[in-house]
Amino acid sequence: MPISLIQPEFKVKIDYDKCHKCGRCVQQCGWGVYSFNERPIPDDSKCRACHRCVTYCPAHCINITKNDLAYRTNDHWDPALRKAVWRQAETGGVMLTGMGNDKPYQNIFDHLVLDACQVTNPSIDPLREPMELRTYLGRKPDNVDVEPDGQGGYRLKGGDKISKNIKLNTPIIFSPMSYGSVSLNVHKSLAMAAERLGILMNTGEGGLHADLYPYQDNVIVQVASGRFGVNPEYLNRGAAIEIKVGQGAKPGIGGHLPGEKINKEVSETRMIPQGSDAISPAPHHDIYSIEDLRQLIYSLKEASGYKTVGVKIAAVHNVAAIASGIVRAGADYVYLDGFRGGTGAAPQIIRDNVGIPIEIAIAVVDQRLRDEGIRNQASIIAAGSIRSSADLAKAIALGADAVGIGSTALMAMGCHLCQGCHTGSCSWGLTTQKPELTRRVDPEWGAERLTNLVNAWSHELQEILGALGVNAVESLRGSRERLRAIGLDQQTCDILGVKPAGR
Amino acid sequence: MTQVKDSGPIVGYVQVDPEVIIEGDVATIECKSVYYKHVNQAIRTAFAGGVKTVKLMNVNGQRYIGTGISGKDLRIEVNGTAGQDMAMFMDGPTVEVFGNAQDGVGNTMNAGKVVIHGDAGDVLGYGMRGGKVFIKGDVGYRVGIHMKAYESLVPIMVCGGKSRDFFGEYMAGGLLVLLGMNSQFDGPLVGGYVGTGMHGGAIYLRGEVEPWQIGKECGIFTADEDDLKVLRPVIEEYCAAFDMDAEEVLSQPFTKLVPISHRPYGKLYTYV
Repeated sequence: MPISLIQPEFKVKIDYDKCHKCGRCVQQCGWGVYSFNERPIPDDSKCRACHRCVTYCPAHCINITKNDLAYRTNDHWDPALRKAVWRQAETGGVMLTGMGNDKPYQNIFDHLVLDACQVTNPSIDPLREPMELRTYLGRKPDNVDVEPDGQGGYRLKGGDKISKNIKLNTPIIFSPMSYGSVSLNVHKSLAMAAERLGILMNTGEGGLHADLYPYQDNVIVQVASGRFGVNPEYLNRGAAIEIKVGQGAKPGIGGHLPGEKINKEVSETRMIPQGSDAISPAPHHDIYSIEDLRQLIYSLKEASGYKTVGVKIAAVHNVAAIASGIVRAGADYVYLDGFRGGTGAAPQIIRDNVGIPIEIAIAVVDQRLRDEGIRNQASIIAAGSIRSSADLAKAIALGADAVGIGSTALMAMGCHLCQGCHTGSCSWGLTTQKPELTRRVDPEWGAERLTNLVNAWSHELQEILGALGVNAVESLRGSRERLRAIGLDQQTCDILGVKPAGR
Repeated sequence: MTQVKDSGPIVGYVQVDPEVIIEGDVATIECKSVYYKHVNQAIRTAFAGGVKTVKLMNVNGQRYIGTGISGKDLRIEVNGTAGQDMAMFMDGPTVEVFGNAQDGVGNTMNAGKVVIHGDAGDVLGYGMRGGKVFIKGDVGYRVGIHMKAYESLVPIMVCGGKSRDFFGEYMAGGLLVLLGMNSQFDGPLVGGYVGTGMHGGAIYLRGEVEPWQIGKECGIFTADEDDLKVLRPVIEEYCAAFDMDAEEVLSQPFTKLVPISHRPYGKLYTYV
């Protein structure tokens, strides 16, 4: 019998006439595609089309193509489904994968368009006029009193009543990715970029490595069900604390960081033994209700001198009611993660079939909090595949205060979305702990690329705001009147609170 | 919540600073009807001012006592019933409760010692990484979930009474002991799902359990002499705290539960 019925997904083609026989492809490939016998010989079955070898081949003689092996056409049985059946018949295992949901669900962002000013209410040129992107995360007061400042102006009365807010120079943060799932150099890149940009990175649930202490004012420290690396020092170092309840890629599922990824440094940061699995239980076993959540929020506040505490949840069917409960429990921000959000490892069946789109979640949560008169009590951070500044602007118009970028941030550092994060062999040195791979990311290089990306998006957002004729991102927030839908059904438009184009 | 009455029964907590009396390095705080936030602020202020021992009087369910407090030589005495999440994230101090405690004692605790002269509730020692929790009486559900050890940090929890379900679930390290001695329960020593998903550490149960009560990730053994060498100093320290006889505790055989694998889910997946 053959070892496997599954044929390679890609074909690695080397133009041997051009090949220098230098062996760089052998050295660069983290998946072990190449062996070398006078010339590199690829094993197609191991290729994930991450393009590391292609990028580094000095002769430009490698090409990766789709294996166009024909399957009998069957619209009901996509070849991927047939392969999944074979794979599970071979192994009996739960299919594990990385990155976000790649299924062809309707993408709502791509069916929304933004408004612009014409003739009346002139647009603004952000290159010449101030355009405010600064965003504050946290609870805003229900009302404020002002008093004359004695110089003809006014100032806030009793300003000390206002809760601590976190300042972001632009409404973007780096999404939580734990040290363990990504490498330390990735964490350093994110932290350095966050500091330069005046935004935040998020540790994820794997603790805060000592090398990141200098950047602690730009770091959100996360507390998840595994409580890895959580102690009073950790809580006091972060600019804010985030309780991770769920993740868009795997709502309702805990995490299993495999023992192979728990090396000495990861073990020290997570404070668990080397080589044993790091298991995050599916729920926090001290949170079984909104009341329990409130208890945890306030215990974190008590332990940290009343820092900003946020709660991250996956976008699921009842997200609006859940978010309302979270805000009433005392959270300073709600982090919504849509079903396209990435992961270091998740069962494929969960990743591809559980949760709802982030666009819907933002709209219904924002509306629910407004209807209940508690929208000011917490900020909304939206994440789960924010791919461009257009997605960013549309998310804000739907009601988000800021967005989180994770997969996009990894892409800035070389990720090609090959979905191999769970293997621990990332050729780009991102989602791996193998020293020969992690050293491929120079934190200085990574930070520069991340800084470039966020700066570029910020400029684009300013252009969008200028076109809309507003001079602050605050004016776009929740302004769904500035969005129109193309090709969305009436019910989806109603849920989004967006009119169809032409209305 | 903050209704003030001059006399009569307590109607709720009042948001006022409690009365604090400092004698030498001992501070006594009157907690009757004082809101938890003010009690805990008074505790932190007292320690910051150089006090080594804080005595809390008439505690009645105030939350977060000792939560997030660091310092090896600090001591908190709780007279009354401690509220939820006592000694959560605690890193070093000793907390002694003369009364019962509620849920969440020693949640994600790092170091220190908690002694409870009574019963305690659910979710004790969740994610606890170090230190000791000694409970004289019974405990509730979800006790010792995901306790974990790291190098010199080895958490120890000893419960003198009986426990309900999910004892030591997901346990990743440390030592969890159940004696079944000072109990008000009529039922069995422990409920079901003991050590489910266990992948580190050890659970010792004084007496026997049925296999159905135990998670499939656990191996079940009778504690031998080597185990007793580990257990004896812990039991002796426990008995000293409650004026019990260590020899009597150790006179009965113990059941030992340890994980079969440090990677219980290692073979669950196939990579896509």
